[in-house]
Amino acid sequence: MTNSEMMIPEANDQQKERSLWMDALYRLAQNKASLVGGGMVILLVLMALFANYIAPYSFSEQDRQLTDAVPQWVTVVFPTIKSYAEISDKFSLGADYVGRDILSRLIYGARISLVVAFVGAVISLFIGTVYGLTSGFFGGKVDDLMMRFVDVMYAFPSMLMIILMMAFFRSSFAESEPGTLSYVMNSIDQRFGGMLFIFIGIGITAWMGTARLARGQVLSLREQEFTLAAKALGASNSRIIFRHLLPNVLGPLIIRVTLSIPGYISTEAFLSFIGLGVNAPTPSWGSMISDGAVAIRTYPHQAIFPAIALSFTMFAFNFLGDGLRDALDPRLRGTQ
Amino acid sequence: MGRYIIQRFLWMFFVLFVISMITFAMMHAVPGGPFTQEKALPPEIIANLEKRYHLDEPYWKQYLLYIDKVMVPHISKDANPEMMDEALVGISLPGGNYLRWINFGPSYSSRSRTVNDIFREQLPVSIQLGIISMAVAITIGLPLGVISALKQNTIWDFLGMSVAIFGVSMPVVAMGPILIWIFGVTLKWLPPTGWGAKPPFTLFFIPNTIGSWDFWKHTLMPAFAVGTGYSAIIARLTRASLLQVIHEDYIRTARAKGLSERVVTTRHALRNALIPVVTILGPMFAGVLTGLFVVEQVFGIPGMGKYFITSITNRDYPVIMGAVLMYAFFLVVSNVFVDITYAWLDPRIRYD
Repeated sequence: MTNSEMMIPEANDQQKERSLWMDALYRLAQNKASLVGGGMVILLVLMALFANYIAPYSFSEQDRQLTDAVPQWVTVVFPTIKSYAEISDKFSLGADYVGRDILSRLIYGARISLVVAFVGAVISLFIGTVYGLTSGFFGGKVDDLMMRFVDVMYAFPSMLMIILMMAFFRSSFAESEPGTLSYVMNSIDQRFGGMLFIFIGIGITAWMGTARLARGQVLSLREQEFTLAAKALGASNSRIIFRHLLPNVLGPLIIRVTLSIPGYISTEAFLSFIGLGVNAPTPSWGSMISDGAVAIRTYPHQAIFPAIALSFTMFAFNFLGDGLRDALDPRLRGTQ
Repeated sequence: MGRYIIQRFLWMFFVLFVISMITFAMMHAVPGGPFTQEKALPPEIIANLEKRYHLDEPYWKQYLLYIDKVMVPHISKDANPEMMDEALVGISLPGGNYLRWINFGPSYSSRSRTVNDIFREQLPVSIQLGIISMAVAITIGLPLGVISALKQNTIWDFLGMSVAIFGVSMPVVAMGPILIWIFGVTLKWLPPTGWGAKPPFTLFFIPNTIGSWDFWKHTLMPAFAVGTGYSAIIARLTRASLLQVIHEDYIRTARAKGLSERVVTTRHALRNALIPVVTILGPMFAGVLTGLFVVEQVFGIPGMGKYFITSITNRDYPVIMGAVLMYAFFLVVSNVFVDITYAWLDPRIRYD
């Protein structure tokens, strides 16, 4: 946890002198699953950050002589390819249907998946926490109204909503006039290879669960003595919320958000798979699987390599999330 | 309790109403209409088509017309069987009157069909796949969870939970092509794409080919691809719930009475541990149905998912609205169902 400076008042009630966060960090380090998961995530992050140095080629560079080329070792794993494929060891994982290096595209593709993972997590954590804290803290009519809104949004089939929104963004913002907000958003989206709208699509549907969880936690916390004590000392509402309630609810929220990261990653992959995700030359594992799936009979490796990369990443985050849960909330060990 | 149920159902209608408004607004905000095509139609024809479907009216009027068709039951004299077909609920009343309810209107892109026709043909396919996927999820998840809990902290527990993590880490988008390559292309055991059932269906969704291998061979891969992810959720929940129950006093009492371990686990522990598992199955099924969008796309299955995506690109407003409302209905009903089950199972939950 990077929040080690965040001290929690009641942490001192425990016999240990360590703060709750240090304690969690210690338990996290003890947990093998989370170490493995965390290590895999760090590896992926480094790969994504330094993609330009690691990747042997650019993600859009084409070698028209070597479309669908496969290296020697791939023909050993997939023997059927040998009879018809162009064999060349120039690309270590082969080339795709327009002659781009699959390995480089996989490495660059990690950027999309990880950025979606982190942005999804941050949006969900930020909006959900603020919303849930406000709702739970003020209670009464405000709480009623805010939670009813969440209930309505919850009933919206989220996959349909995301698809609908992506279609809406992709087509309506593309035709907007210069100078309008939608034009600005569309040009930002173009700059980042179509990621902005994916963030919005995922963000809009992701925060509701976090909001519910945060509210539930606050409802029980605000009845406790330390909140009353803070109030009696004349603390302002915002001070109570941010200094007393927030540190107490953050643990479960972080667990929840970490465990929902694989969901964001697979949503992005699906959107790119059906062509509503990233824009054309930007590599996303989803769009690579989609391109490869067309040629699954002839060049199965084109779909299988990105599929493995996608599963590996989701596996890493699931492992990390499980470990975090065991570390931050030992009572939940092995549950859910 | 009665009041609570009524309240929940009124709430359900309100939610569907709000969802219909949001969808309507978002759908019409997308530029282009259902009749904007690559080969542009003459403006007179478009005008006529728009008049025919009331698309020339102001938006609020279009919306009210739509809600009226879908939500309000209509009674009329005409016995035209084709007209009967337009509504999902059509009942003949005494005196030659007919009652029609839930009419989602015509589809713009395939003009010979109504949205209800599409539901009748495509939705059953999704429901069949959904049910089989759920069956796969339960048959894998439940035993996995029970074994992991009963052998807590042994190699079996570790293995079971590892399988669960692998299950949630394989999204359909990744697992689909891998399964297709192994079983469809290399081994040639199963067909890589397609579906083995065609309308008409018995009782809305049961295929007439249910007894044949032709039907089942198309279902195995997609159901497995969807089912493994959900089986992991079921396994984890079952394990957690069973672990909690096993440490309760009444289990110790049952053991102290001298009951065999088998009776203790099956009769006393499992029965109570399964309550939370059973209650999530409802919303899970609703989730599976919306999640099928992915698998239908990957395996080329003619269900609602594929239709919904094409209807968006075609600006086929009634299909978009109908599909969103239909799925929202599934979700809301399953949530209301869970609320009521919980209230019924646990008297401590307040009804107000």
